[in-house]
Amino acid sequence: MSEVRYTDQHEWIRLDGDEATVGITKYAAEALGDVVFVELPASGKAVSAGGEAAVVESVKAASDIYAPAGGTVTSANSALEAAPSKVNEDPEGEGWFFKLKLSNKDEFAKLMDAAAYAKFLESL
Amino acid sequence: MTSSTETLRRTPLYALHLELGAKMVPFAGYEMPVQYPAGVLKEHLHTREKAGLFDVSHMGQAFLSGDTAALERVTPADVSGLKEGMQRYGLLLTDAGTIKDDFMFARLTGEADLYLVVNAGTKEGDFEYIAEKLKGVATLTPRLDRALLALQGPKAAEVLERHSPGISQLTFMKIVRTTVAGAPAIISRTGYTGEDGFEISIEGADAQKVARALLKEVEVLPIGLGARDSLRLEAGLCLYGHDMDDSIDPAEAALMWSIGKRRREAKDFPAADKIMANAPAKKRVGIRPEGRAPAREGTEIADKTGRIIGKVTSGGFGPSLNAPLAMGYVEAAFAADGTPLDLMVRGKPLPALVTAMPFVPHTYCR
Repeated sequence: MSEVRYTDQHEWIRLDGDEATVGITKYAAEALGDVVFVELPASGKAVSAGGEAAVVESVKAASDIYAPAGGTVTSANSALEAAPSKVNEDPEGEGWFFKLKLSNKDEFAKLMDAAAYAKFLESL
Repeated sequence: MTSSTETLRRTPLYALHLELGAKMVPFAGYEMPVQYPAGVLKEHLHTREKAGLFDVSHMGQAFLSGDTAALERVTPADVSGLKEGMQRYGLLLTDAGTIKDDFMFARLTGEADLYLVVNAGTKEGDFEYIAEKLKGVATLTPRLDRALLALQGPKAAEVLERHSPGISQLTFMKIVRTTVAGAPAIISRTGYTGEDGFEISIEGADAQKVARALLKEVEVLPIGLGARDSLRLEAGLCLYGHDMDDSIDPAEAALMWSIGKRRREAKDFPAADKIMANAPAKKRVGIRPEGRAPAREGTEIADKTGRIIGKVTSGGFGPSLNAPLAMGYVEAAFAADGTPLDLMVRGKPLPALVTAMPFVPHTYCR
């Protein structure tokens, strides 16, 4: 059973057991526009909550992707290197960025759930 | 940059942009469409494949009357030699011979006045500067009330012909007073995309009517500033304030071609000796990064030993090239095509090559 949480920087994180998958939300993908390049973290890289973890580039600009929670990168979605447009087509599915082994599940628990994120989007 | 508290101006097409679903952003003091629902990538590719309509009414249009040849006081372009019905590209120079702006000027058939188009962000300063330098001999009349549209792409001529019969006979850099969709217009076969196309100057009051008529054509999509930038970068065209400014001279900017032959010989423009020596310490070049990561404006350029030798002034991703591309300044010794460089992207060297521009061939109707 998995749980999904969201950040105010428009990343999502889905926890399945010990492993979490991170991507950007549909809102973020639409705001960025057409993604043309994604720089992914290497496996084994340690990331902290709110720290820079990846970079996404649209035709217009580069944006940092932050780790929603701290941990160690276990894998990255290398399919995005050849097909960065997956981020626009399916941001909350096939367009995932990387997987993490969380160092502290409390950081995950503190993030917004779907209802809170929906409310946050309305406030923007 | 424009602050959010500043009152932004709107072009006569503001309401139409909103109706078309544009995302509006502040640009050069105006609220302008950066993209429409199709998005930058599709808008870019559509322009290269069919035709795109751009609202460039924010640009500065003006007429110069009196001794128009006196414009040569502020530009090294050949103004007096410009024939009727022709438009030409020129640089506006400071007294030090650096680039104050770039602009287009035209001599309409049977008219004494010159028609000028300068950049949006610099127009007030340019107009003051020209008026001051030509005081007593020529009079500059800004026409901020006029609108300017650009119709660009391989289908532009076919489309415009339907609304302005005969216009497809015009060739590159020619200009004519005519009508479009019944409205009086000044139309030139020019643009800022590298594609064949037209720029259409009309009364502000006619802008909606003309834009709607063109947008009704199946070949035409509205195109925002985002794609305008990626199109011009692929075409190797400079953006003022980025790829050149008043710290750069025409030799450094690789824009010596814009200096008229007569002017080169006479050396009768600011800092002519220095500029004509054409031995700049740094030079504007095109750059192709390897791989797919774009290098943005401000990225440092290093030689293969890691020494910083320049900076990217425009950089991004070229949708038609399907690859990243950049323009920037490097020390003259590194300006030859094929020179290997490193772009320092997020602290890491990204291999790149100096590349001849345009990145995507021009398809002007000569």
